[in-house]
Amino acid sequence: MWEYSEKVKEHFFNPRNIGALEDANAVGEVGSLACGDALKLYLKIDPKTEKILDASFQTFGCGSAIASSSALTEMVKGKAVEEALKITNQDIANYLGGLPKEKMHCSVMGRDAFHAAVACYRGEDAPREQIEGELVCECFGVSDEQIRRAVRENNLSTVQEVTDYTKAGGGCGLCHEKIEGIIAQVKGETKTVESEVYKPRKAMTNIQKIAKIQEVIEKEIKPSLQQDGGDVELIDLDGDIVKIALRGLCSSCPSSALTKAGIENKLRELVYPDLVVQEVNV
Amino acid sequence: MKTIYLDNNATTRVADEVVEAIKPFFTERYGNPSSMHFFGGSVAREIADARANMAELIGASPQEIVFTSGGTESDSTAILSALNTLPERREIVATRVEHPAVLNLCKYLARFKGFTVKWISVDKSGMIDMEDVRRAINDKTAIVSVMWANNETGVMFPVVEIAEIAAGHGALMHTDAVQAVGKVPINLSKTTINFLSLSGHKLHAPKGIGALYIKKGTRFSPFMIGGHQESSRRGGTENVPGIVGLGEAARLAMNNFHEENTRVKKMRDKLQQGILEKVSQARVNGHFEQRLPNTLNIGFEFVEGEAILMRLDEKGICASSGSACTSGSLEPSHVLRAMGVPFTAVHGSIRYSLSRYNTEDEIEYVIEETPKIIATLRAMSPFNIDNFNTACIVQ
Repeated sequence: MWEYSEKVKEHFFNPRNIGALEDANAVGEVGSLACGDALKLYLKIDPKTEKILDASFQTFGCGSAIASSSALTEMVKGKAVEEALKITNQDIANYLGGLPKEKMHCSVMGRDAFHAAVACYRGEDAPREQIEGELVCECFGVSDEQIRRAVRENNLSTVQEVTDYTKAGGGCGLCHEKIEGIIAQVKGETKTVESEVYKPRKAMTNIQKIAKIQEVIEKEIKPSLQQDGGDVELIDLDGDIVKIALRGLCSSCPSSALTKAGIENKLRELVYPDLVVQEVNV
Repeated sequence: MKTIYLDNNATTRVADEVVEAIKPFFTERYGNPSSMHFFGGSVAREIADARANMAELIGASPQEIVFTSGGTESDSTAILSALNTLPERREIVATRVEHPAVLNLCKYLARFKGFTVKWISVDKSGMIDMEDVRRAINDKTAIVSVMWANNETGVMFPVVEIAEIAAGHGALMHTDAVQAVGKVPINLSKTTINFLSLSGHKLHAPKGIGALYIKKGTRFSPFMIGGHQESSRRGGTENVPGIVGLGEAARLAMNNFHEENTRVKKMRDKLQQGILEKVSQARVNGHFEQRLPNTLNIGFEFVEGEAILMRLDEKGICASSGSACTSGSLEPSHVLRAMGVPFTAVHGSIRYSLSRYNTEDEIEYVIEETPKIIATLRAMSPFNIDNFNTACIVQ
């Protein structure tokens, strides 16, 4: 069960501003039925003053999605468009007395719908955020731009956090590496201002990784093992998991766990630090 | 507000008779059944009685019952034992809709231990094709693990028939019968099933107690290694109150078996009919006939499960959902996805699971409240039958 704040529950059970707005002149839509949540936001903007005269919503989604939508309409009503554009997803979450971290993407959806509506009002192309930038998460249709912004605005540092805020990476998991790269990039941007110490690691393709791992095994690891009558063979690479088989004396050696740890350290040092070594029997 | 508990596939109320049966074993008869003195040793008799009741409920003999901590431990014990006793066989056969206790163990064995898992798919009613099963099992199969009944949809699988196919290839057969025991007839003596897992808290016994049936003659390798308890098949001092409670629950299940399949089933059918009559664009997930008598899984289109549950909860109604949002993961239930439930309904699937403690009045109340909740949420939803996805419209 989720620990929802009283304010979230109150907005869920008594949502404000439900339904289509008859005389809306801006509509923003994010999410889809397949993704499990979607928000359609209607705004009535005074063309002269650019003040938001009225706002309403239709939401398909969980408790916090409905509460975030309701909160958003209350927050933007009466504000000038420019001022309302400054509202971040964190502001929406704060307005609701906080959201469980796994539900932060609901507040992001609110913010995105508002930006889409404003883009729509201004007659700009591509009002749907998903279209901006390159698609990273195919399961939930999240682009690198969206991830980058979520990382920057919420100071995210792990893939899990990115998933909590944007849903990216919450499906098949194939994009985790790309997300890591984006996080490193964003952190790199901010870090370079502070110091030059941090070096974002270059993203390698699987082929490059395998070649590099094989090279390290041949040159750095095998010779020392062979001295002790053992051997090692690279079997497979699965994401960051390096599957190896220990041969010869190594396979029956009581300290093979130590051998494995040694290989892992070497690979982490010389290839890249996220590798995990796993022993398989083949 | 009164709580209407329709989440009995998650856990059940402990029966009053079970609570009474357990009580003396905390403060009066707290001895260790392995002790030499009468105070402790006499407790062993109660364990033997519980074992006999448990065995009788599933048509087994008492020596074939090993008490465990629950369904998950029983599942792990059975599958790992099979792999240990048939080391030359490197394949596992399981369905895609197994409970995580089996599903994740199989994934782990495939990923980290080099086993090959052959996954059996299900069709849109949640059933398996026996031809797929025949194709998957061969002389390299160590263990076939197919649940007796699915926890989300209640769909039942022909495990007895599958066990015969497994036996024909010298493979062992395990079934996770956590949801089936006490609800449908089970007579293991006539089958070639080697292992059956069951859990106490699904049949009105406490949490933390379960059992594993191990067919006589099946080679076995223990999971919990320790003392001589359970004939050295499961080490650790016996959970005496739990075992006594499970024994009593098994005895009650035999008495109430008829009721489960008549009164409870009638209430389930009434709930199903009542909701389907009042709510359009709603569908039953799972085969209509090949289904547990207590389970109803309905997909409500264009609304989301967590929102439905929160509003049901506000009315005192406990149910559960296969929606992504309720689990903390972002994807809807693996069972509903494996069945290919359409995306319009997969996020809005609700499971009502009944027990003999439910009443007609409660069912009528749920039939009354559910349609109102669906209507309220649909009025908020941007989607409906004519409109799944719309683009930005400037007016």
